Amino acid sequence: MGVDRRKFLKLAGVSAALGLGGATGFQLLRPGALDAAERMPTPYQMVFPKEHGAAEIMPNPKRLQGRRWGMVVDMRKLTPASARAAIEACNYYHNVPQIPGKQNIKWIWTAPYVNVFPETENPWADPDIKNAQFIVMCNHCDNPPCVRVCPTKATFQREDGIVMMDMHRCIGCRFCMAGCPYGSRSFNFRDPRPFIKKEYPDYPTRTRGVVEKCNFCAERLAVGKLPACAEASGGAMVFGDVDDAGSELRQLLRKRYSIRRKPNLGTSPQVYYLV
Amino acid sequence: MLEKALSGSKLYWTWLIGLLIVIAAGFGAYLVQYNKGLMITGMSRDVSWGFYIAQFTFLVGVAASAVMLVLPYYLHHYKTFGRITILGEFLAISAVIMCSLFIVVDLGKPSRILNVMLHPTPNSVLFWDMVVLNGYLIINILAGWVTLEAERKNVPPPGWIKFVIYLSIPWAVSIHTVTAFLYAGLPGRGFWLTAIMAPRFLASAFAAGPAVLILLGYLVKKLTRFDPGREAFETLAKIVCYAIILHIFFFLLEVFTVAYSAIPSHTSHLAYLYFGLHGHNMLVPWVWTAMGCGITAIILLVNPRTRQNPIILPIACVLVFVCTWIDKGMAMIAGGFVPNPLHEITEYAPTVLELMITLGVYATGILVLTILYKVAIGVKQEEEAV
Amino acid sequence: MYDKGKIITGLVIFLAIFTYPLWSNMGKAAPVPKPELPPKSVATQCIADTQYMRTSHMTLLNTWRDDVVRMADRVYVSASGKSYNMSLTNTCLECHSDKVKFCDQCHNYLAVAPFCWDCHLVPKPKEKK
Repeated sequence: MGVDRRKFLKLAGVSAALGLGGATGFQLLRPGALDAAERMPTPYQMVFPKEHGAAEIMPNPKRLQGRRWGMVVDMRKLTPASARAAIEACNYYHNVPQIPGKQNIKWIWTAPYVNVFPETENPWADPDIKNAQFIVMCNHCDNPPCVRVCPTKATFQREDGIVMMDMHRCIGCRFCMAGCPYGSRSFNFRDPRPFIKKEYPDYPTRTRGVVEKCNFCAERLAVGKLPACAEASGGAMVFGDVDDAGSELRQLLRKRYSIRRKPNLGTSPQVYYLV
Repeated sequence: MLEKALSGSKLYWTWLIGLLIVIAAGFGAYLVQYNKGLMITGMSRDVSWGFYIAQFTFLVGVAASAVMLVLPYYLHHYKTFGRITILGEFLAISAVIMCSLFIVVDLGKPSRILNVMLHPTPNSVLFWDMVVLNGYLIINILAGWVTLEAERKNVPPPGWIKFVIYLSIPWAVSIHTVTAFLYAGLPGRGFWLTAIMAPRFLASAFAAGPAVLILLGYLVKKLTRFDPGREAFETLAKIVCYAIILHIFFFLLEVFTVAYSAIPSHTSHLAYLYFGLHGHNMLVPWVWTAMGCGITAIILLVNPRTRQNPIILPIACVLVFVCTWIDKGMAMIAGGFVPNPLHEITEYAPTVLELMITLGVYATGILVLTILYKVAIGVKQEEEAV
Repeated sequence: MYDKGKIITGLVIFLAIFTYPLWSNMGKAAPVPKPELPPKSVATQCIADTQYMRTSHMTLLNTWRDDVVRMADRVYVSASGKSYNMSLTNTCLECHSDKVKFCDQCHNYLAVAPFCWDCHLVPKPKEKK
C-alpha cells in the first residue's frame, strides 16, 4: 500500500466535502427549485425536498402587500377614547398580559408629549399638543438598533420593514431592550398567562423569559386585515405603505406637518405623528 | 497537578465546605428563579439589566487585569513578576468563569444559550463578547497550566506557549473593550454613548484587578510560605495608583463634558446618580461613598510611606475595590437606565434572592480560585524547596 | 487497591443513583399509549400520511415555525392539493382538538414534555356531533 495515514485522511476529507457539497448542490438545483424562489429555499424545502405530502409552501394569497409598512397617527383625531380602544384591541388580539407594577408588559400605550418627544422641549407650543396624550408603540425603524444588537437574530427585520420577534429563538438577554431608544420593548419576567384578561384563542401567548413588542399585526396583515389598533382607532391611526406615493399614508404626510420620535438618532422610525 | 488541591489543612477543607454551602444556597435561589422567572429580581421593564450584568461587567475587568502581570514579565522581562504571573492568570480564569455564570443566571431562557453559537450574528457585540471571553478563558488555561507544569517538571515550556502568552496581551485589552462596546454603541442610552467608555473600563480594570492581586498576595503570604516579594507588591501598588488616578480623571472628564454642554438628556443621568432626580435618590449615598473611597485610596497610594506600609496598602486596595465595584457595577448600569428613554424614572435595587444567587456565583469563582491557587502555590513551594 | 473502602462505597452509591429509574419503576408497567383520533365529524384527513406524521411531526413543526415567523410563508399545500394554514393551534389542534386524548397519550408514555404548550394555546376539545 502506497498510501500513508496523512494521505488517506486528506483523501477522506476531500471526498466527504465533495459528497456533502454535491448533495446540497443537487437539492438546490433540482428542477423547479430555482424558479420557485429567486431567494434561498425555505428551511422546509431544504429539509424535505420531496416530502410525503407537501407540494408547496407559499405566502397567503390574501395577504396585504406593501413594500414598506408605516403608521400615521393623526393627533387631531386621536381622542382618549379612541386611544383606549386601540390599546384594548391590541392587548386582546395578542394576549398581552396586564401585569401591575414595574415588571409590566406594554405593546402600545399613551404618554404625554414631554415624555414621547423628550428632546424637543418647546415651552410655548400649542397647548393642545403639549398636553395631549400621544399613543406610542414600536416604531419599526428602518435602521433598528435592536436588530443590530440581537445576538441570535431572534429580532430581525422583514423585507417589508416590520421588525419581528421570533419567540422560539429569543434567549432573553434583553440586549434589544437596552438598545431601543424608545422604550418599546417589554420582557416577560414571569409567566404571563394568569394576567391575560380574556384569552384570544387564535394567537399564542408568550412564556416567561422572552422579550416582546408590537409586531404591526404581521399575523393579521398575512390574512388581509389591518392592524388591530388602526382598525379600532376610528381613523385616527392610519396604516399603509410608506413606499407607495399614492397611499393614504403618503397623502396625509404630504398635506400635514408630521414629527417622529428622536429623528436625530438615525433610526428612521416609521411611526409619524400629525400635529 | 490537581492532586495538590486534594490535600490540605483543616482550614483549607473548612473553607471549601463553607464555599460549597454558599454555592448550594445560591443554587437553590437560582432554582426559584428558573421556575418563576426573573420576576424574583428587582429588575423592571425600564431597568432591564441589574446586579448580574453589573457583576459581569466588573469581573471582565478583573479578568483583563492579568495582562498587568503578563505584559511586564513576558514582553519586558521584568523579573520581579516572574513568580506571580501564574496568580494573575489563575485569577483571570476564575473571573471569566464567574462572568459566564453571571450571564447564564441573567438570561430569560438559559436553555437556549447555545443559540448564540448556532445562529452567529457578527453585527451583534454580544456575539463577539462570547467569542473573546471564551477565547480568553482558553488562552489563560493554556498559558497558566502549561507553564506551571513545565516549571514543575523542571523543563522549559514548549515553544508554542510563547505565542499563546503574547496573544493574551492584546486579547485581554480586547475583552474589556468589547464589553465596553456593549454599552457604548447604543444610540438610545446617552449616559453610555461616549468614546471614553472603553478607556474608563480599562482604567478601572487595571485598578481593581491588581488591587485584588495584592490582597490575594497578602493572603497567600499569610496562609502559606510563599512570599510574592516586597518589590512585586510595590510595583503592583504603583500600577493600582496610576490606574485609579486615571479612573477618577476619566470620570471628571465625563462630568465636564456633560455638565458644561448642559444637554438635559445627558445631564439627567449624572444628576440622578449624584444628586437624585425628582425625589428618587437611592444611589446617591453609594456613588459618593465610591468617590470618597477612590480619593482616599489615591491619597494613600500616591504617598510612598503609606503605599509601602504593609497594613495601609491592603486597606487602600480594599478602598480601590469598593470604589470601582460600585462605580463600574451598579452606578454605571442603573445610571444608564435611569431615566428611561421617555424620561420616566424607575429605580432599581437587588432583591434578597438576587443577592443570594450573586453570592453563589462569587462563591463558585472563589472555589475555582482556591483550588487553582492551591495547585500553583503547591507546585511553587515544591519546586522552590529543592 | 488503595482506598478500597472509599472506592467501593462510592461505586455502590453511584450505581444506585444511576439505576434509579429502573428499580424505582419496577413492577409498574405503563399501558401502551392509544392516541385517539378526532371524531369523523370533525376531521377525516391529515395534512400528510400517518407514518410520516408519527416519525416527523416535530421536524415538520420546527420548519413550519421558521417558514411562518421568519419567511412569512403561511400556506402549506399538501400532496392532495388542499391548502392549510401553517399553525399549531389553528390547524393541527383545530382537528386534533382533544390534546389529552391524542397528543398527551404518547408524550406522557415517553416522558416527553414539549414546551410548545407554554405559548401555543390549546383549544377546547370538540365533541362528536
